[in-house]
Amino acid sequence: MKETIYRSHVLVCTGTGCVSSGSKNIKMALEDELAAKDLSDEIKIVETGCHGFCEKGPIMIVYPEGVFYCQVESEDVAEIVEEHLLKGRIVDRLLFKEPFTEENIPSYSDIDFYKKQKRIVLANCGRIDPEDINEYIALGGYEAVGKALTKMTPQEVIDEVKKAGLRGRGGGGFPTGLKWQFARNSDSEKKYVICNADEGDPGAFMDRSLLEGDPHRVIEGMMTAAYAIGADEGYVYVRAEYPLAIRRLEKAIKQAEEYGLLGEDIFGSGFNFKLHIKKGAGAFVCGEETALMASIEGKRGMPRPRPPYPAVSGLWGKPTNINNVETLGNIPYIIKEGSEAFSSIGTEGSKGTKVFALTGKINNTGLVEVPMGTTLREVIFDIGGGLQEGKKYKAVQTGGPSGGCIPEEYLDLPIDYDSLLEVGAMMGSGGMVVMDEGTCMVDVARFFLNFTQSESCGKCTPCREGTKRMLEILNRICEGEGEEGDIELLEDLGQHIKDTALCGLGQTAPNPVLSTIHYFRNEYEAHIYENKCPAGVCKELAAAYVIDESSCVGCGQCVKVCPVDAISGKPKETYVIDAETCISCGACADRCPVDAISQG
Amino acid sequence: MAEIKEEKLEKYLTPVRKILERYEKKEHYLIPVLQEAQEEYGYLPEEVLKEVASGLDLSLSQVYGVVTFYSQFHQEPRGKNIIRVCMGTACHVRGGDKVLEALKDELNVDSGETTEDLKFTLESVACVGACGLAPVMMVNDNTHGRLTPEKIPEILAKYS
Repeated sequence: MKETIYRSHVLVCTGTGCVSSGSKNIKMALEDELAAKDLSDEIKIVETGCHGFCEKGPIMIVYPEGVFYCQVESEDVAEIVEEHLLKGRIVDRLLFKEPFTEENIPSYSDIDFYKKQKRIVLANCGRIDPEDINEYIALGGYEAVGKALTKMTPQEVIDEVKKAGLRGRGGGGFPTGLKWQFARNSDSEKKYVICNADEGDPGAFMDRSLLEGDPHRVIEGMMTAAYAIGADEGYVYVRAEYPLAIRRLEKAIKQAEEYGLLGEDIFGSGFNFKLHIKKGAGAFVCGEETALMASIEGKRGMPRPRPPYPAVSGLWGKPTNINNVETLGNIPYIIKEGSEAFSSIGTEGSKGTKVFALTGKINNTGLVEVPMGTTLREVIFDIGGGLQEGKKYKAVQTGGPSGGCIPEEYLDLPIDYDSLLEVGAMMGSGGMVVMDEGTCMVDVARFFLNFTQSESCGKCTPCREGTKRMLEILNRICEGEGEEGDIELLEDLGQHIKDTALCGLGQTAPNPVLSTIHYFRNEYEAHIYENKCPAGVCKELAAAYVIDESSCVGCGQCVKVCPVDAISGKPKETYVIDAETCISCGACADRCPVDAISQG
Repeated sequence: MAEIKEEKLEKYLTPVRKILERYEKKEHYLIPVLQEAQEEYGYLPEEVLKEVASGLDLSLSQVYGVVTFYSQFHQEPRGKNIIRVCMGTACHVRGGDKVLEALKDELNVDSGETTEDLKFTLESVACVGACGLAPVMMVNDNTHGRLTPEKIPEILAKYS
């Protein structure tokens, strides 16, 4: 079979972010345009996984030049084909503009967002077609597991992972090699490996992107783990809310089976491995490993006390090893490049890189992978491009519902497992939500507690009752009914829940409250003692909005959006808000084209 | 009369029986069976749950326990289109609640309810993992991002 050689490759991102921004239409428009210009034999369109820069989607990259086009629309396609692909002229207006310098950056690798990243786990994401196993293999895929199966003993594999210093990327940070060792040491005919893809932290989407963008990497990691501990069967437990990830994973498993990479006697080594997908059914607590196993067994997903640990008695009572998606994504690199290559990256106690989902009020939203030890400032300001609309940084929330908020004074903190714990936050799965001065920290704490409270499985009393009581107090504070002693009560309750809850969900549930009290106690006090929400978020405490007469241009747009008809005036004159009627919803301020409306 | 009813029920239960035929009688197939059954029926009525219980040799109480535990399973009829509004952290700080309010007003239902014409079910969910596009909602399997309350009527019109 003769392979067609193309002079140019056009990569169109078909991750969930870009698809919802319309990348499928762009791909179709591109196909039509190439066919119309008779270029289909010269230029290849590749559908890739996520590039991480979802904010600027849909994303298109043209190789060999590596030109990065963003926010492409179907109407732009004809111009790209005509100008770039035919005449070799870059279409300037579709290039990425750096937020501060306003400079157009043509090349993918020169954009600050990418320049400062180090991509190990996400190396292939956005570069290859995730639905084609050949592209993964062409970039060295399945070489690592081949090496492990044919040249290394299971113990050597474990030793390599131990030496690399890899720690679990799902949140806890337990040393992966040690976990594998425990499972290997358990004597049993039957063992299992599980990939935990029940990514439920609000604000985290790295597992989804990896499964969508490079599913074979995760499969390869699982195979290696299975070989190391002596398992022949595995499950990927993935959220049903991720339909695209499930579809790509199913396809990847099928292809791997056809290639003999899954099944019997893999690489002629005598090693057998069967892989299944289990779809979750919508319960956050199933991210906890014992609950996850109960769910695979068809039961209610409730955690149980440990020990016994899954490595001793896991799925159906058999020794089981559970790793998170990103953890497994690191394995092929460690085996292929060696533990030293991996451990040379990172800090003393945290090796390698970490993927963060950068979201919130930040310019460059997206998925970034940086070496451990990178500072928060570098991630938020250099890679993330700083805060939207030049607002002032207030805090970053890391670790999702288990984590905490980190204020400005710690922006130069090098990020690793231990440093985050020291400041009352945690790595968690790597969600990073940036907040500005318009965010109310009490409201944020309430938001997270509302989440954990409704996701609490109800098995143990501290979590079931305790989070409910804490939420009641927070609701009261946000509604202006806070009392003296509420803050101390929250601290006391929080500490008890941390000490006594059964599983990780309950033990960490109070963290968002405790950390916001620690760093932003004045905001709690303002709510309780002054009846004021400094950020103007809590409706019951919010002051009415006022229009600044000198800047009002009399466009009347505020009148149209006011839900309670509190604004009066005539077009081209100044408008006035009636403070009595105003419910402080902020709709007018959001709409005002000249920023003339603010809270009085 | 009773016979006709039984005949109707028999016909009604054929799809779930077909699903059950493909699975061994093992407890761990309960969730996949329920997921498929719900896809078929749109929700999980009592008759279907009884059939699943006997088909997998489980007690009805165990099946009921699992159905009520997971938020994905529903025991009430649902709309033709399912709207899931993301209430995750990123969407929260970027105004997801305003989007939800706009949907409630437009559809005249509360969160968790279905419109009378069974066209839409409105739900709020924790996080759909598309934080880069916050605020976000999903209608069926389609993700709609960078929402504002003003965009809602136009999007809904596509589905009705």
